[in-house]
Amino acid sequence: MSNNLKTFTKGLIKENPILVLLLGCCPTLATTTSAINGMSMGLATTFVLVLSNIFISLLKGFIPDKVRIPCFIVVIASFVTLVQLLMQAYVPDIYETLGLFIPLIVVNCIVLGRAEAFASKNPVWPSLLDGLGMGLGFTFALTLLGCIREFLGNGSIFGLGILPETAKILVFILPPGAFFCLGFVIAIVNKLKKESH
Amino acid sequence: MAKKKESTLINMLLALFVITAVSGGLLGLVYGFTKDAIAEVDLKKNQAAIQAVLPLEGEITYQADTLSYTDAGVTLTFPCNLAYDANGNFLGAAIKTSEGGFGGKIDMMVGFLADGTIKGTSVLSHSETPGLGANMTGPFKDQFVDKNPATYRLTVKKDGGDVDAITAATITSRAFSKAVNKAYNAFEANKAQFMKGGTDHE
Repeated sequence: MSNNLKTFTKGLIKENPILVLLLGCCPTLATTTSAINGMSMGLATTFVLVLSNIFISLLKGFIPDKVRIPCFIVVIASFVTLVQLLMQAYVPDIYETLGLFIPLIVVNCIVLGRAEAFASKNPVWPSLLDGLGMGLGFTFALTLLGCIREFLGNGSIFGLGILPETAKILVFILPPGAFFCLGFVIAIVNKLKKESH
Repeated sequence: MAKKKESTLINMLLALFVITAVSGGLLGLVYGFTKDAIAEVDLKKNQAAIQAVLPLEGEITYQADTLSYTDAGVTLTFPCNLAYDANGNFLGAAIKTSEGGFGGKIDMMVGFLADGTIKGTSVLSHSETPGLGANMTGPFKDQFVDKNPATYRLTVKKDGGDVDAITAATITSRAFSKAVNKAYNAFEANKAQFMKGGTDHE
């Protein structure tokens, strides 16, 4: 059981896909203009990650090695399209801001990376935990970046105004701000990791 | 652990076929299941946009239509909704229009009263820079309200018009003004037909 727990928690901090592995940076940089956008993107990816991990783990005995990548991609793309349709129907506001990036979850390297590195070699239950842990780690990193960028760039967190109009630093919600923030957050994480050793 | 299947032709074909067939079937089901909800969301969004640009009192019937006009040999077509009161009098039109902005296409809806006065403008979708061009959805778009393009020049002040551009977002301001102008041209070109009461025009 402790092994399973480790599978789950490693994605949160120790092998956090964004802050440590630096996987899937494209959606990270693009969608973290506000906390809610970052969180929604993270949760959508988590959903896809968990489902694709479960199914790829179930199908691993059935998929021959030479065609595993196309098979994985089809499974992942199906779940992404499913999420897209559901979001379009039931959370149209969030779909409007994220719409462009939802299809890009298909090529998010975390999803394919976990399918290839973990789910295709492990039973269903650990694969589910791995997907959930990685997904939540991704969500955590995106929400954190979204909060920082929204706070500095727009003076609010989750749409709640905090700073006055004049204190906004616009660059943080523009693309360069994403690189600044990600860089600083990774630097801090690395420092903390070094100290804890 | 179950042993991996050999990568023989038949195994590969079988795996790919089964996985794609099941995925396709599943997505078809989900699509059928969410189709109505998505259509409803789109319809609501459209209605909300019409209400925002052309708020009218009383019993109004909206009639979907398309308008077109020819400019320099190119025919432009605009989807629109024409508003008529209970007696069939033409009250105004909500016209969908678009123009390339700084970050991509800006889709808008503009509401005109029967005499051509702009009643409201609304941005349906855009990809302008947040904090700069995206501010067009704020006070900028309200300066068009109650202006009649017959006397109000729909270009930014820098280009000799009457529109106050957004600071540091002239391209967006120009695109916005141009989109409104195109909608107005479409309105003017087809005005005579609205008055007749709708259904009999082409």
